[in-house]
Amino acid sequence: MSRLLQRLFGRLPIGWLQLTHKRGRFAAALAGVAFANVLVFVQLGIMNAMATATLKPYSFFTADIMISAGNANALSEGGNVARQWMLQALADPAVAAGMGLFVGNVPWDRTDGDITFTTFGIDPGRPDFVAAGLTDGFASLQVQGTAIIDRLARGLPRDEAAAIRPQSPLSFEAQDRTLTALTTFAGGGGFGGDGFMLVSDQTFLSLFPARGSAAPDHILLRLHPGADVPAAITRLRSLISDESLRIRSYGDAAQEDLRYQQTQRPTGVIFGFGVLIGVLVGLVIVYQVLSADVADHLREYATFKAMGYGPRFFLGIVLEEALVLGLLGFLPGLVFGTAILALMGAVTTLPLAMTPAMAAMVFAGTVVFSVISGVIATRRLAAADPADLF
Amino acid sequence: MEVGPGHDPIVEIHGLNHWFGTGEARKQALFDIDMTLPRGSLTVLMGPSGSGKTTVLTLAGCLRGVQDGSVRLMGHELHGAGAAQLTDLRRHLGFIFQAHNLHESLTALQNVIMGVQVRPGVPDALAQQAAARALGLVGLSDRMGYLPANLSGGQKQRVAVARAIVGNPALVLADEPTAALDKDSAGEVIDLLKRMGTARGTTTLLVTHDNRILDRADRVLMLEDGRLVSP
Repeated sequence: MSRLLQRLFGRLPIGWLQLTHKRGRFAAALAGVAFANVLVFVQLGIMNAMATATLKPYSFFTADIMISAGNANALSEGGNVARQWMLQALADPAVAAGMGLFVGNVPWDRTDGDITFTTFGIDPGRPDFVAAGLTDGFASLQVQGTAIIDRLARGLPRDEAAAIRPQSPLSFEAQDRTLTALTTFAGGGGFGGDGFMLVSDQTFLSLFPARGSAAPDHILLRLHPGADVPAAITRLRSLISDESLRIRSYGDAAQEDLRYQQTQRPTGVIFGFGVLIGVLVGLVIVYQVLSADVADHLREYATFKAMGYGPRFFLGIVLEEALVLGLLGFLPGLVFGTAILALMGAVTTLPLAMTPAMAAMVFAGTVVFSVISGVIATRRLAAADPADLF
Repeated sequence: MEVGPGHDPIVEIHGLNHWFGTGEARKQALFDIDMTLPRGSLTVLMGPSGSGKTTVLTLAGCLRGVQDGSVRLMGHELHGAGAAQLTDLRRHLGFIFQAHNLHESLTALQNVIMGVQVRPGVPDALAQQAAARALGLVGLSDRMGYLPANLSGGQKQRVAVARAIVGNPALVLADEPTAALDKDSAGEVIDLLKRMGTARGTTTLLVTHDNRILDRADRVLMLEDGRLVSP
């Protein structure tokens, strides 16, 4: 390693030699950087999971435009939309079809614990609004009390979920109603529920008697192929007289929901701060190590100054140390971060996993905060006055 | 900047005054010093503590700025010279400190290499050869891979000497270089510096209290209360 660095820098790798001279301190420093990396990985993993979980239900449906209440910041938040606006929207020549979407949480009381399904009530006669992976068994929703449930739901044993078939349906009690699942789909646990469930709008209304068929949570619209979505939205805004409604493209609605979860909801903000704290911890650890190292070698640095070495040489040494700490601390951080995310994902069924993008981002961040720490630490070198050596 | 050992004298000091502190605490450390160090000479600067020996050493060694008077080093006037110029000139000097100041995580050979690497463009292999040769001159060929912690006080000082001479400097500035050495080793170090003066024209300015080496010096200068006096 020493020879490799010597070739790389074209000089003795003094930073590397200094760090490895005191192996115990070096190992502790690497552990500190790795710990900061793990902190960031976990927080980023949770933020990623939140993004995945937020966007997941949007992938269940295919639509071009979504109409929501003015206070509906998320799919499962906010007021209702009068169905009459869907009929009004259908008057636009670009709009091909519309469907009301009902959303509510349905708890399934089980002996081994509750499972809360984020439940979507949809028109069973409109399979064209449902993503390809969910059309299997979709027609069965026309039968009152029928459901398609999430086989990846948190708390649902996998073997029990795998046994659900039209030939061997699963019946269960929820909201004082009996529901029968004939088929399943792959959803996954999120932050607002343990999994997802699809039912017909009529079954949904039987589960939520206080809700009315004339007021779904959202209205989904599909346009004719080739229609201009922004232009259609503009026309719909003039066509629909309720100005409090949010009329957005389906993609924009998903992204706005995500932004809301990440920046407005306490959980998103907390995880965001978690990432920041991880970065700050890393900065402080690397700065402390480098700063202590500079202080320990002040006399040697003063000697080098006396010999004629300039500021760039010293900056080079400290940056060399910073990069060594950053790079070698990243590797154990990556390994432990991956393991911890996998463990957390297995326990919570949240989509927690290390992604190449996360690893690359944290690696780049580690290098940057190491370099920043190094640059700050070199300020202590000003105290190394070679005239004091005599 | 063109520098080299060709100038003679290597150091010319005229009317040098120096002060420390500011305001009422300002105290004059050197008074009207005149001194010339001919090329290849070994000059010993003696005097009691606080007499200004170290101040002269640091001014001639470009480690402090000249406040008043003239110090010419290898033909370059140091009065008014910028930090970059002083740093550049220091690359052509050799320093030997009382506390050897070796880098603890570098081997003896690596410490000496640092004395060559300060000059840009010296190939690694050449730096290694020069460092090994310098260590051989101070009798430490068999200790090249040792860390300073595994060397005796005398051996450390000899490594420091090797580091100072490895770049074939025009001027060696030494502060009590023999303080940690026994009589024989001290004599060897001084003889080495003398030999370098003869063979390579290296000039040495040496501050010491060590009377054992006075007879080997070309000149002995005495400082008292910041003034040069007759020894």
